[in-house]
Amino acid sequence: MRHLSTKATCNSHGQDSSYFLGWEEYEKNPYDEVQNPKGIIQMGLAENQLSFDLLESWLEKNPEPAGFKRDGKSIFRELALFQDYHGLPAFKKALVEFMAEIRGNRVSFDPNHMVLTAGATSANETLMFCLAEPGEAFLLPTPYYPGFDRDLKWRTGVEIVPIHCTSSNDFQITETALEAAYHEAQQRNLRVKGVLVTNPSNPLGTTLSRSELNLLISFITTKGIHLISDEIYSGTVFSSPGFVSVMEVLKDRNCDETEVWDRVHIVNSLSKDLGLPGFRVGAIYSNDDMVVAAATKMSSFGLMSSQTQYLLSALLSDKKFTKNYISENQKRLKKRQNMLVMGLKKAGISCLKSNAGLFCWVNMRHLLRSDTFEAEMELWKKIVYDVRLNISPGSSCHCTEPGWFRVCFANMTEETLDLAIQRLKDFVVEHTANGHSKSNNSSKNSKRKLLPKWVLRLSSRDRDHEPDER
Amino acid sequence: MALSKNQQLLSKIATNDRHGENSPYFDGWKAYDKNPYHPIDNCEGVIQMGLAENQLCFDLIQKWIRRNPKASICTAEGVHEFKNIAIFQDYNGFKEFRQAVANFMGKARGGRVTYDPNRIVMSGGATGANETVMFCLANPGDAFLVPSPCYPAFDRDCGWRTGVQLIPVNCDSSNNFLITKAALEAAYERAQQDHINVKGLIIANPSNPLGTVLDRDTLRSLVSFINEKKIHLVSDEIYAASVFSTPSFVSVSEIIEEMECDRDLIHIVYSLSKDMGLPGFRVGIVYSYNDAVVNCGRKMSSFGLVSSQTQHLLASMLSDDEFVDNFLKENSKRLAKRHSMFTKGLEKVGIACLKSSAGLFVWMDLRRLLKEQTLESEMNLWRVIINEVKLNVSPGSSFHCSEPGWFRVCFANMDDDTVEVALERIRVFVEKQQVKSKRKFQNNLNLKLSCTPRRYDESVMSPHMMSPRSPLVRART
Repeated sequence: MRHLSTKATCNSHGQDSSYFLGWEEYEKNPYDEVQNPKGIIQMGLAENQLSFDLLESWLEKNPEPAGFKRDGKSIFRELALFQDYHGLPAFKKALVEFMAEIRGNRVSFDPNHMVLTAGATSANETLMFCLAEPGEAFLLPTPYYPGFDRDLKWRTGVEIVPIHCTSSNDFQITETALEAAYHEAQQRNLRVKGVLVTNPSNPLGTTLSRSELNLLISFITTKGIHLISDEIYSGTVFSSPGFVSVMEVLKDRNCDETEVWDRVHIVNSLSKDLGLPGFRVGAIYSNDDMVVAAATKMSSFGLMSSQTQYLLSALLSDKKFTKNYISENQKRLKKRQNMLVMGLKKAGISCLKSNAGLFCWVNMRHLLRSDTFEAEMELWKKIVYDVRLNISPGSSCHCTEPGWFRVCFANMTEETLDLAIQRLKDFVVEHTANGHSKSNNSSKNSKRKLLPKWVLRLSSRDRDHEPDER
Repeated sequence: MALSKNQQLLSKIATNDRHGENSPYFDGWKAYDKNPYHPIDNCEGVIQMGLAENQLCFDLIQKWIRRNPKASICTAEGVHEFKNIAIFQDYNGFKEFRQAVANFMGKARGGRVTYDPNRIVMSGGATGANETVMFCLANPGDAFLVPSPCYPAFDRDCGWRTGVQLIPVNCDSSNNFLITKAALEAAYERAQQDHINVKGLIIANPSNPLGTVLDRDTLRSLVSFINEKKIHLVSDEIYAASVFSTPSFVSVSEIIEEMECDRDLIHIVYSLSKDMGLPGFRVGIVYSYNDAVVNCGRKMSSFGLVSSQTQHLLASMLSDDEFVDNFLKENSKRLAKRHSMFTKGLEKVGIACLKSSAGLFVWMDLRRLLKEQTLESEMNLWRVIINEVKLNVSPGSSFHCSEPGWFRVCFANMDDDTVEVALERIRVFVEKQQVKSKRKFQNNLNLKLSCTPRRYDESVMSPHMMSPRSPLVRART
């Protein structure tokens, strides 16, 4: 370990968090319908596996881009050599048009303002490198995607200061919370460079309302800071209220060409909307020429494979395909979400009302022994090991309220989802019967002694890990 | 010019120059972009010889792709794999891909070393690999020694976002640019005196821009040096399979099998961009003998994973032993032929190159064509070569070479006919220079009194801010 950098030896990659440990347990004992029917069902992975058939049938009908051909001629050589960090023009054009289509063509995007990156992971990190110095901070509403701790902070040295949102108002962002976060940053001597929101939200599955977006724009205008809108789930909105992009609100406020226009940046990806995380397709969209220029140069560290750009430029330029895909995908997501919500309801479990995403934000507070994160960890452990479902505990998403869990529904077959719901139902019945919930406190202490050390360590570690968070 | 309010809100990294793109080096690219050579449409255009690409063996790869439709997820034969590939974002990469790359790396070293697939870490090209290694080994403000002349973009790759500084260890033609222990020690001592924390040494072997391979003795002395100082050795072996004659390539992996060495200090950077001619596919590899670096590097690879579609294709291709063996052999043969054609052509007009056995370029000696042995003269000569001879070659100063007059000239990114055209232009240029200097000699003989130094005509293109659409968009070097 000696002679390595601080980055190599510290924990800020965040990989020791419970979010990832659940994955490890899943890897050790993965569910398989035939080979391992008692295994752990993966519900911690926000993947969209519902619409591959649409992609596969497109590929079957369009053999040319796949075979490195264009108009019958091989373009292998061109692609093999193409490492221009401005990206394949045809791909960028197709991507901005796809982005506009998802937003109902209420806004349009200029390909010259888009920077391609290897996934949204790289896009978010690159924006941090461009917008902040080590030691400066970005404000993020909680709960947020656990990977942000790595993507935004690890190699950049940037800090995250949370904007606390609670269930009292369905986790919406309020002016009070924004101001409080800003104030906290100042108390900690951290210069705030901007706010980063995920819209639609991970893990909540909700879209930001127009009033929240307006609030954010006013806030960054007053404070003179940036706003990053990670819109990676924009294509997964399946019911009302629809998706409103921050760009739309800016337009409505006649902010084009003003200073604040240049301080709003969007992150996008095809990992969620098209279900292609393996292809590493990310993008930064910014109205600020300097940010575009700097980010473009930085994209050298993580360019998209030309092979993939070419395939996807053909796919996304097929407007008939994209129109059908977007609507069919949304239909299937809606059906699947509904299945989970209804199933949970039958088990006496409610979810935050959601209209997007690949997951539900599930309320299991009533199943906690006490209103503490320790109790949340205890419950989580039971769900992973006994119920054999890998779901993500709210604490890993920095939620301020114990008892919430993110449960994914789009990365498995219907049968598997049914099974998962059944297992959870059985667990709740047993759990309530045994009086494990808050109402029965008698054996609290002796039960705690039975917990393996790593669970106790985890429940305190998640807070030690972010000592100044609260 | 004062920064606007918004500009002040950007980071120093976003607004500084350490990306290196404002160097005059890129003016040559601009000239090429404005006026690119084409045998039919623009035969007076600038020939691109500043781009170290290997375009000699695409036919072999295309043939393989045609014969192996299953390797593509988009053919009828391969589409059943589409879903599994499309969702695969595991930063460990496909096992088959790692095995295939390890296999290829071993074969490129004649089977003299084997590589452990579990130490193969992906990155966004060698660009990403070098940056990742620096993030793992050094803190902002730390330094790495680098023998010069060196690849110009090392400064960006190793230092731009990491805050690491590079300290050159100057090598010159007095000993064919060999790296000496004395030079290393001197550079190290100077850094110590300046209170700079040296964390390691980074080398490129085979060398860019020299095209030479490090000999066993030099490698051994480098390994001794870093062990003694307890600093890291990063060996960028991106041209390992682009070796076409003797002396043959010796990897640091071989050396550590033969001598005492703390393996935790040894790291290799690799890529398929040069050896296979696939820079567009962004296949960068970090191979470290240090477990902690593998571990950390793997987590960091999230920032630049290889597209699973590409991993899948290459896993299949590089595990085809028959294909790989034939490719390596044929690639060397074609590079040898091209190198010979080019160097013999240069010899005919009295231009010598550093004797080399690897790489996609030659290190050409034009010192005798310089007015004075100065950087300014080199730059002037370079501008003449671009504007009049119409060849984009790379001046030695862009590689931080301390001796003026050397130029790197690439030969593997064009067809035979274009090479002939380039050689012809060089011949014409050299003959013109000889006529000029003959005349000058005669004029000097006839001079009575004048002793004013002649001013050189300075049609200088000054460095300027590159627009986002700069020619840098193609390969950096």
